[in-house]
Amino acid sequence: MANFGYSLTKSSRIDLNNRNIEKWNRLVELEPDVLKCMACGSCTASCTAGKFTKTSLRSAILYLQNGQEKEALEYIQSCLLCGKCFMVCPRAINTRHLLLSISKIYSNR
Amino acid sequence: MNNNVIIIGGGPCGLEASAQLHQMGYNVILVEREPQLGGHLAKWDRLFPEGIKAKEVLDQLIANINGVKYFLNTEVKSINQLDKEYNVILSNGITILATAVLMASGFDLFPAEKKEEYGYGIYDKVITNADLENYFNTGKDRRITAAPKRIGFVHCVGSRDEKAGNRYCSKVCCATAVKQACEAKEAFPDAEVFCFYMDLRMFGRGYEDLYLRAQKEYGVRFIRGRVSEVAEDINSQLIVKAEDTLSGKPIKVTLDLLVLMAGMTNCQAGVKVANMLSLKKDDDGFFTCKDSILHLQQSDKKGIFYAGACTGPKTLPDTLHEARAAAIAIHNYFKERK
Repeated sequence: MANFGYSLTKSSRIDLNNRNIEKWNRLVELEPDVLKCMACGSCTASCTAGKFTKTSLRSAILYLQNGQEKEALEYIQSCLLCGKCFMVCPRAINTRHLLLSISKIYSNR
Repeated sequence: MNNNVIIIGGGPCGLEASAQLHQMGYNVILVEREPQLGGHLAKWDRLFPEGIKAKEVLDQLIANINGVKYFLNTEVKSINQLDKEYNVILSNGITILATAVLMASGFDLFPAEKKEEYGYGIYDKVITNADLENYFNTGKDRRITAAPKRIGFVHCVGSRDEKAGNRYCSKVCCATAVKQACEAKEAFPDAEVFCFYMDLRMFGRGYEDLYLRAQKEYGVRFIRGRVSEVAEDINSQLIVKAEDTLSGKPIKVTLDLLVLMAGMTNCQAGVKVANMLSLKKDDDGFFTCKDSILHLQQSDKKGIFYAGACTGPKTLPDTLHEARAAAIAIHNYFKERK
């Protein structure tokens, strides 16, 4: 491509029309409790790894709902599976189990 | 001193107050400007949180006023304070001397077309909460043709909005939106349903359960962010823009149906009557109670009482409580004057 001396920035807008919800539907089937998340942030606040790395289950769920799988995985890849978030979740989501299911469905590794 | 009480407004509030005062032995005259009793309740399909049929509730309320005189298609033409009572002239030519007047004039729905950026009355696929209730009730709405694939609900339309002239929260729209989102999913099981909210105010008993059910059983997606604008594309689908404030990113979705949760404003017909008596209103347009804790049913004028949504947005149970409280307040007023 010709170099015009400038480049275009990719839009950061979330487009709900073109997201692939096939994997999300599979996740809901496996982990119906993922729908119960009300984005309170308790999991992120209590996260041991979160102090040092970008770890937030709350954000990962949100990004998956928005169809941004790559970004979602960035939010859980440093998880140590310690289970502290399971203890604090007010809606009793089995966060540890959910994390493993997300990895199983979405991860390429 | 006569035994007459005039009740202005034949919605659930006026009906309940009529029934109570009638039982206490007062001579109640109920005035309703529309051709039927029931107010907004008569136009609603089901009620939050459990989804009880509005008609069942209304039929019970109407059965309870058994024996009360009521006038339909009738407005208050003039109302004057005399020495010990009020002289009320109705539009049907009847004049009544009443010792007490109860304002049960209720609310008007915020006119959604005022929020022009949402396109109500401009785009065909934008409807209001009242339109959707009417659709659920009758199964008919010319704007809902094929089963919509994506449906959106906009909370706080004309509420918490200084530019719309209403800074206050209308209190009932959150629970109504979540209820309607579930019902929409029941009516159109293949549809994706989105709720655009700022805060979810699920304060009442059973409301939080309703929210949880909407998420877990109906898969309703809640997006925290106010819809900023709506546009129509060439297929008359709606392009809706908002911010997903939880991720801090702008969000866009194309919808087949958008439901605006119009809030409550003071009923203009009620305001007209109140103005004849120079009754006070707060900044929010609703009538001013004598005080906001101990004397919610009293106005600043002797013999004039308030109940229901004319003193601010209220749920149906709240309104019925106030109707009963007003009946007691009026009863005490009669006792004091004897």
